[in-house]
Amino acid sequence: MQHSFISKNPSVLVFLAILALFTLSVTLLSEGLGLGLISTSFVKTLGKTLCLCLIAVAMDLVWGFTGILSLGHFAFFGLGGYMIGMWLMYERTRLIVVQSLSQSEIPPTQSEVVDAIGNQIFGVVGSSEFPLVWIFADSLVLQLALVLLVPGILALVFGWLAFRSRVTGVYLSILTQAMTLALALYLFQNDSGLRGNNGLSGLQNLPGVSASQDAVSLWFLWASALALGLGYLLSAWIVSGKFGSAIRGIRDNEARVRFLGYSVVSYKLAIFTLTACIAAIAGALYYPQAGIINPAEMAPIASIYLAVLVAIGGRGRLYGAVIGAALVSLLSTWFTGGQAPDISLGFYTIKWVDWWLVLLGLSFVAVTLFAPKGIGGLVDYWTNRQTPDRHGADLGPDDGALREQEALK
Amino acid sequence: MKNLLFAGLAILLSCLMATAQEVRQEVRQGPAIQAVLQEHQALIAKSSRKTIAPAIDAIANSGLEQAQTVLQVWAEKKMWMRKSDLQFFIGAPTENGLIELTDFDGGAVLGALPKAEVKQLKPNSGVRALIATALVRFQLSDPDPARRQDALTSLQRDPDATLLAPLRASIPAEPDAGLKAQKQRLERLMTIGYDSDTQARIAAISDMSGGLGVDLRATLNPLVATTRNVVAGTFPAARPETANVAAVLTPGQDGFSQAQAYELLVAKGLAPPRITQADIRAALTANIKDEQVAGFAVTELDNDATRQQAYSVLANSGAVSPFVTDDQVAAALQSHVFFDSFADPSPKVTTAAVAALRNIDAKVSLNQAVDLTLDALSLASIYFLAAIGLAITFGVMGVINMAHGEFIMMGAYTGYVVQQIIPDHTLSIIVAIPAAFAVTFAAGVAMERLVIRWLYARPLETLLATFGISIALQQLAKNIFGTQARPLTSPGWLDGAWALNDVVSISYIRIAIFCLALIFLGIFLYIMKRTRLGLETRAVTQNPNMAASMGINPGWVNMLTFGLGSGIAGVAGVAIGLFAKVTSELGSDYIVQSFMTVVVGGVGNIWGTLAGAAMVGFLQKGIEWLNPSNTLAAQTYMIVFIIIFIQFRPRGIIALKGRAAGD
Amino acid sequence: MNFLKSTLAGSMVFASLATAALSAEDTIKVGVLHSLSGTMAISETTLKDTMLMLIEQQNAKGGLLGKQLEAVVVDPASDWPLFAEKARELLSVHEVDVIFGNWTSVSRKSVLPVIEELNGLLFYPVQYEGEESSKNVFYTGAAPNQQAIPATDYFLEELGVEKFALLGTDYVYPRTTNNILESYLKSNGIADADIFVNYTPFGHSDWSKIVADVVALGADGKKVGVISTINGDANIGFYKELAAAGISADDIPVVAFSVGEEELSGLDTANLEGHLAAWNYFQSADTEINASFVDTWKTTMGAERVTNDPMEAHFIGFNMWLNAATEAGSVEVDAVRTAMYGQEYPNLTGGTAVMLPNHHLAKPVLIGEIQADGQFDIISQTTEVPGDAWTDFLPESAVLVSDWKDLGCGMYNTETKTCVQTLSNY
Repeated sequence: MQHSFISKNPSVLVFLAILALFTLSVTLLSEGLGLGLISTSFVKTLGKTLCLCLIAVAMDLVWGFTGILSLGHFAFFGLGGYMIGMWLMYERTRLIVVQSLSQSEIPPTQSEVVDAIGNQIFGVVGSSEFPLVWIFADSLVLQLALVLLVPGILALVFGWLAFRSRVTGVYLSILTQAMTLALALYLFQNDSGLRGNNGLSGLQNLPGVSASQDAVSLWFLWASALALGLGYLLSAWIVSGKFGSAIRGIRDNEARVRFLGYSVVSYKLAIFTLTACIAAIAGALYYPQAGIINPAEMAPIASIYLAVLVAIGGRGRLYGAVIGAALVSLLSTWFTGGQAPDISLGFYTIKWVDWWLVLLGLSFVAVTLFAPKGIGGLVDYWTNRQTPDRHGADLGPDDGALREQEALK
Repeated sequence: MKNLLFAGLAILLSCLMATAQEVRQEVRQGPAIQAVLQEHQALIAKSSRKTIAPAIDAIANSGLEQAQTVLQVWAEKKMWMRKSDLQFFIGAPTENGLIELTDFDGGAVLGALPKAEVKQLKPNSGVRALIATALVRFQLSDPDPARRQDALTSLQRDPDATLLAPLRASIPAEPDAGLKAQKQRLERLMTIGYDSDTQARIAAISDMSGGLGVDLRATLNPLVATTRNVVAGTFPAARPETANVAAVLTPGQDGFSQAQAYELLVAKGLAPPRITQADIRAALTANIKDEQVAGFAVTELDNDATRQQAYSVLANSGAVSPFVTDDQVAAALQSHVFFDSFADPSPKVTTAAVAALRNIDAKVSLNQAVDLTLDALSLASIYFLAAIGLAITFGVMGVINMAHGEFIMMGAYTGYVVQQIIPDHTLSIIVAIPAAFAVTFAAGVAMERLVIRWLYARPLETLLATFGISIALQQLAKNIFGTQARPLTSPGWLDGAWALNDVVSISYIRIAIFCLALIFLGIFLYIMKRTRLGLETRAVTQNPNMAASMGINPGWVNMLTFGLGSGIAGVAGVAIGLFAKVTSELGSDYIVQSFMTVVVGGVGNIWGTLAGAAMVGFLQKGIEWLNPSNTLAAQTYMIVFIIIFIQFRPRGIIALKGRAAGD
Repeated sequence: MNFLKSTLAGSMVFASLATAALSAEDTIKVGVLHSLSGTMAISETTLKDTMLMLIEQQNAKGGLLGKQLEAVVVDPASDWPLFAEKARELLSVHEVDVIFGNWTSVSRKSVLPVIEELNGLLFYPVQYEGEESSKNVFYTGAAPNQQAIPATDYFLEELGVEKFALLGTDYVYPRTTNNILESYLKSNGIADADIFVNYTPFGHSDWSKIVADVVALGADGKKVGVISTINGDANIGFYKELAAAGISADDIPVVAFSVGEEELSGLDTANLEGHLAAWNYFQSADTEINASFVDTWKTTMGAERVTNDPMEAHFIGFNMWLNAATEAGSVEVDAVRTAMYGQEYPNLTGGTAVMLPNHHLAKPVLIGEIQADGQFDIISQTTEVPGDAWTDFLPESAVLVSDWKDLGCGMYNTETKTCVQTLSNY
């Protein structure tokens, strides 16, 4: 069975090999273990990029394969980060507090320790009590479970409501956008108990770990690479089987799939929830590398960018999503980092810090209009795969259906 | 503390110097105001509300005719001090940067001095208010009506018991009807507050009880403000004679908890405080001997139960104060009586005031509801205005234009640019509205021709492509205009607010936006229902192929319709810029709300958009009213509500039926 | 004008060439960590320009310790995680000796772990909420007791305000500041019912109801005052609504902590005359040193540009750092840090700023009334107030002090006589 899966999908092996090679070479060139050619800050950037690639794969599953243009997947990404961030903050603060209180003359009671932790974490936002949402923050295991459960349940409930009422196409896009906006606004409030606009910070310092960031950044790079590898494998497996055929059917012609007797709602719900969980895992790995998470990360624009990443890479092909995410996010780092050389036109100097977004926006319009396959489409020239001749017709009547130019024979 | 000392020294020093000055100034003939000023030289130079009163009183009570001038000049920040001899003069800047000094006494011009040799006195607004109060009695019968108005304004702000008589005296001779009415109203209010005759006060209360002005409430409320008190014993025996008791309170009832009651007792020193966890901890820490407290090892004290036991042992030995038991608390509460008493000592006045306030409160709540409705209407009209362009491009044509917000922004910036060229605000707005329409119409047409028409069958791709345009446009605006907010100033006749009374008011600019929204609704209806373009638009959106076969050019119609929707967004941008801010992020603030307005209302129907905007506006204001301290919560819950609403009415409030629905 | 610009541009190019040539040899690198894009660029770009101007001036004077200074400018793009990344890059890749940067509190919290881990040195120039003291950060902006508390005192004593509306944008600085103020007001006998608190989102524009609520506060006859910690763009809508409602500063005074010359330039201030702002610096300060500072700024950046409080903070911070490094004879972080304590430098507003062992400055507090020309009329100026890292008006922080010089601890509990922590807990 496994054998036939691999042989049907040779790209998976190629991808995993490239990923392994990449991880290995970064490790050897890094400051933490090897030659020191790649700085720790760049290792972190690469690790974060891998996480973005993972959520891009999830986005491709839900949009490229199921035709649901979700503009809210960054909400799940952020929630995953928040869940792991709560434990990181709590535990790190607990160690500090226990250390500090142990110097006092009378040993502290349990409630004094908890109060002191609360005071340290929430003092900065003018409060000192633990809100209810922190109830499991003292347990790594439970908080890790919440990384999957909270986004998963949110996706399940939201998806069930939306798919059941047959909200589709652009309406669903707007609705998902509203969801992530509502969540971001909610978290912006101090009353939500997650430190409002300040968010959770100092996440890069793992509690009880004395290793330097040079080493920690590598650990996270490995974890991110592993997660991406597994996520990719899982996604490839899902889309290659019968389930994959069903969701592709839903993408191109939902009504027809329904008339054939499939429970469209269940399929959509399953894929929506699964991708939410993948996004959450990506987030849980991303934010300890970034060091801080705050509600601005969940603003609707982040999720739209995600769709843009996938579209530039080429939707409906998993490696396309990865290419798009990696390329755009690294280019973005390069351009906004001020490393790109200014271009002098004589009368005006183009500073890339100012013009990068204009370039991104326009190149995106160009991809949509002229190259629907995205960058991943370049692979087709190499593998000699061609698009079918459907006389300009899309693969199906639905909004998310693949276009003629996107499809493969 | 050190600062205080220095300040004291400085005052002392300058006082000494001032007396020295005075001696030298004796040569002057006649009583001079300068002498009065010099007497309080240090206070005037320091100019703090806390200390200035004697100086102002001295000037006002000097009986000199210059007193009024001095006070007025001082309040207008035109009084200067000559540093060489610390004397005060009227100062006026000359063209060449010097300060020309004029003597208060006699009005002689003393010549100009460079700025370094004089110091401008800048009384802060607290001091200015005191000066204004002192000026009132000079100004109440001043021949200049503006001065009399100043006096009344000052009296309204800071009523003063001593000014009641002068105010009454000035009423009969007041020639101006408007000012006379103001004076009479003020006289009534001050009678309530300060008259010595109870009957007169009650009469004044009943005279005024029909109104709901903030000033009336501000007069009545302090009379019936209550303070919470406690005395030992029981009523009526223990009832203090001077107290005007408003209510007797029973601990544990009417929101007055037993804990609060006991805290009050402790605060008044009538009962010992309860022992808290922190007290126990401190007491134990203080009594550590050889790693032990009262027989318990220090390491054992890591839980509350052991700590309490240890504390009891300490208390029994008399080292610390004992626990206050619940029984002791109950007994203490039993043996005292708690009551609220009114600030005003006269029960008749407070009864009348309470009755009047109850009456007023009912009216105020009603008017607040009206005011909230106006706010909600205004917010709804802003959302409607932002969304009406979208109602055309998205509602009628079905095109998702994420750059709609950027068209709004372009309109606002067009308004800004026009205002830079035409400085007259009225004229510039009249020019800006068509200019903004033209600019965004052109941008819309260009976008439709270049991008959207290739993607008509692909709404999701349109969404993403227009998003690309949106971020490009936003960044472009930043590159051109900078990230700083740009001023877009409304014409003078739109300044201020229309106030029905002290509770209900709405700014003219919001009324103007409301009218603009109505006008656009009218234009939209006219174009869609009464013009050929509207007919063709509806035909093309329902069935482009059929429309084309009837001789309509669908491409042409789509282009014009999209341009129209974009143009309206531009005009909305001018309006929004007038009441808020003009930045490159202006559009993105409105885009999600605009889409939700259209979707909630029901796509393809202008009345639906209207209903959607109304619902969003009223809902947001309603939630804000429930939770006034957190506006963010209102926005959050509104969006959550909309998400849930759409689950149950996926097609919006007004859903299209039949063929037009497109199913 | 054009000639001047091109000459300036020419000399800038020359200067950058010169520094490029020098960097091959030995220069002292100064990191500048301010957002040049994104929402905060509006405020932070000015500070980057200030730093470049100050560095250029110093290089013209001969640099530091016989070496030229070299500015390393990076753009964290108003993205808080990116601040941490860029700070790491500055310290470990560019190996800068000092960083001047940050504006928002959340961005500071984001870089703190990195700065402390790599033992960097950061000068933070903006007024902030306090409750923090890091070994590696010097806070040259105002702590709450250098801005919020004196302004509240002014309200209580000079204006006789009895009822307070605390309006703020919903983020950490207003939250903590209002929390401190609430506690302070209560200790001054203001009842709970007389304090109205409201939080609005960033960029809020619909102010009519909030302004109406504030007006309604006056109904019980007490004088109402507004303390505004509203941030950035949202102020424009707020002041427009205030003006429309005809609220004069004599009826309901508004004192703002985040509105300076820069913010007022986006507004028509004619209707706002008399409303207040509290800062440690106003452009209108009448001293010679300020006149020359404003003059240099205007010649470098253009006549319409204004100066503001965080610029002064950078000015003082940068000069103190120069003096400390000269004194220590090295730019090594620990040596400079030790030499920083007790450093004195003249304020632009007169008097002398002193660096305290708690890494805060002693600076005078100024209160200004808004004028029709968008400038402030200074109506009150205190003597130097020492900045307090941990506020005295919250019970949990009242027992804490920061003293890096003698105690070597930024969070020392005076009750238990122990150091709570030496590294920050972000």
